Amino acid sequence: MADAIISARDVIKSFGDFRALDAVSLDVARGERVVVCGPSGSGKSTLIRCINRLERHEAGTIAVNGVPVDDSRRSREARRGTVGMVFQQFNLFPHLTVLDNLTLGPMRALRKPEDEAREIAMRYLARVRIPEQADKYPRQLSGGQQQRVAIARSLCMEPEIMLFDEPTSALDPEMIGEVLAVMTELARTGMTMIVVTHEMGFARGVADTMVFMDRGRIVETAPPARFFAAPETERCRDFLQKILHH
Amino acid sequence: MMRAALLAALALLLGGCSADWGWYVVDPSTQTGWTNLKFLLGGLYYTILLSLTAIAISVVVGLLVALPGLSQYRALRAFNRVYVEVVRSVPILVLILWVYYGLPQVMDITIGVFWAGVIALALSDSAFQAEIFRAGIQSVDRGQYEAAQSVSLGYVDTMRYVILPQAIRRILPALGNQLVYMLKMSSLVSVIGMQELTRRANELVVTEYRPLEIYTVLVLEYLVLILIVSALVRRLERRLRADER
Repeated sequence: MADAIISARDVIKSFGDFRALDAVSLDVARGERVVVCGPSGSGKSTLIRCINRLERHEAGTIAVNGVPVDDSRRSREARRGTVGMVFQQFNLFPHLTVLDNLTLGPMRALRKPEDEAREIAMRYLARVRIPEQADKYPRQLSGGQQQRVAIARSLCMEPEIMLFDEPTSALDPEMIGEVLAVMTELARTGMTMIVVTHEMGFARGVADTMVFMDRGRIVETAPPARFFAAPETERCRDFLQKILHH
Repeated sequence: MMRAALLAALALLLGGCSADWGWYVVDPSTQTGWTNLKFLLGGLYYTILLSLTAIAISVVVGLLVALPGLSQYRALRAFNRVYVEVVRSVPILVLILWVYYGLPQVMDITIGVFWAGVIALALSDSAFQAEIFRAGIQSVDRGQYEAAQSVSLGYVDTMRYVILPQAIRRILPALGNQLVYMLKMSSLVSVIGMQELTRRANELVVTEYRPLEIYTVLVLEYLVLILIVSALVRRLERRLRADER
């Protein structure tokens, strides 16, 4: 794909004897929203963690903006601030206030002056609708608020791509909505997103492309309409049956 | 509670004083007693200076030794292990003697009593500090590194702004312990002639020949010093915890 912002080719990643990614290829166009689903252990998280180098793939290539993802200086420089990530467990910095959580990256990694970093931080806090929590510590916030702070923290780096690793899985049910709402809004701004999630309602509304993974492979790729109406493979049908009717 | 018990035991001990006790050697109302007492208390300055200098150095060295211990490279981890095991195996007293009498010959330099004491104490303590830091850093959740990496922080920034602030809060009680330990171990530097609390007591015993009274004063000096230090450490801990609320 010529306009691919992310291009993965035959990516392999193992943990010991377990092959988490077994020759996975995926192209994501600029502005595309991809939702990845599949049973646990199917390699969804590993795939997005390889894209921002939290895991090192052992074979195949991943390119972001045409630059191969590896440990070279050029690659690290090119990725700096380009790929944001939201974690299942939020991973906010517990010893820093919300505001300091948001300004740390821009100030230290992007060398922004403090006032500018604060301004950006307040802008994104407003966008995730909790500007009044700026001076609180993460533990003083609810899970949903913490995850929204985590989203804002990633956005403060002004990334081109946002990765979400089961962002609502650790949340109480009543807080899932507020996080999905923020993500839906983000999708409307044209952000390139890869979202690992089982929230199929969100997927239907937001995804351009659905990806179904099983046992380290991408088994099915389709636009949501076709994906939900007529899954092509047996395994995908099974999986959708289970999660849509639980 | 602990403190009250200690003081009660002490009161009993002193209450049992008979006429055999010669408190006059340190009686501040007499000329000699006052001079003796001032001489003994004068050692506090060196005990504190020695311990604080040594611990300041050992914390820095300990951290610098701990970090390679957490590296993905085997050679760096090996350096950490060898350092910790070797340094930890040498008794502090032996280290003090070796640094004071041996090191100047090896390196063809002269080292004063104070710096010999500082080097020996710091070296010895650094192995323990390294282990404390390693445990503290390892206790920080893996997700914190990943979050730091996801906002493009490098190794130094990740350590400085994300990992160490959390690790240090957790190891603060252990660091406080080490400081108390250091204050006590500094008494060993008396053997090379450092004029700290213990040395001064020893010297006074030689001239006055009242070991019971003088060493009792010495015990009290350490006791009070360490109770104060412990209280300060606890206050610092509380303040750091309050920061997180």
